[in-house]
Amino acid sequence: MIDAKDREIIEALQGGLPLVPAPYAQVAEGLGLDEETLISRLADMKSRGVIRRIAAAPNHYKLGMTSNGMTVWDVDDDRVAELGAQIGALPFVTHCYERPRALPDWPYNLFAMVHGSDGQEVEDKRAQITTILGDACRAKDILYSTRILKKTGLRLKKKG
Amino acid sequence: MTLDDTDRAILNRMQDDLPLTSHPYAAIAGELGITEADLLTRLALMKDARVITRFGPFFDAAAMGGAFCLCAMAVPPGDFEIVLTKVNAHAEVAHNYERTHRLNMWFVLATETPEGIATAAEAIERETGIAVLQFPKLQEFFIGFRVAA
Repeated sequence: MIDAKDREIIEALQGGLPLVPAPYAQVAEGLGLDEETLISRLADMKSRGVIRRIAAAPNHYKLGMTSNGMTVWDVDDDRVAELGAQIGALPFVTHCYERPRALPDWPYNLFAMVHGSDGQEVEDKRAQITTILGDACRAKDILYSTRILKKTGLRLKKKG
Repeated sequence: MTLDDTDRAILNRMQDDLPLTSHPYAAIAGELGITEADLLTRLALMKDARVITRFGPFFDAAAMGGAFCLCAMAVPPGDFEIVLTKVNAHAEVAHNYERTHRLNMWFVLATETPEGIATAAEAIERETGIAVLQFPKLQEFFIGFRVAA
């Protein structure tokens, strides 16, 4: 949970952290705080998991990772935790989740994002996942992304 | 823009956490053996060129009492742009990707309350007349997030 001051801090930072030598001091000044207070607030939000990390979000396309496949799998429910952990640990899988099926349209319960420089590289990586899942997997598919339609990250609504 | 080895080293390092110290970029520049000024210039160039889409804190809506949910819609190809405009107009839509499947529009809703997901999904269904399938995460198998540059 966040209080009103956390909320102001999040609003000030959701566009990003300034690229200046003392970024926290600059943000603190805009909020009428001192740098130490802001840093200790941020540390507290990190310890509570409100902030996961302060980092760069790379653009896969601009890095030549132009092929990005969402691989999806229908895996036995009683094995999905064990197998999901194995798939999530693969170096080329950037995100891996168990999600609910939406029957009859969607039989898949394990999602793993795979990136590569072309479709063949993604298919080779997908084949490695197929091997690991073995007969625990009943059905599979891959959805390539063809366009980024929006990417803004979380936006808090202004209150009051 | 073409990335050189220094840019790649910066990009790999900057996907890890920035320290909460007064001069965090100087600390990272020191690790990489470059000057703080060089690091800041290169970061600004990579941001301008959209090699880096965003630099800053990654917030977890769930830890703030809110929620994230992956959603998908099967949009008739002829209506795609019209539906896209309606979907993207919602501030709760954090990312949206076109994908190769009958379910061809995949987006993430990020809301400040768990109830906000259903509210936003229902609003999108009402405005577009298309079902919004919801795929909230049940378990995250989270190991790494780094893209090798």
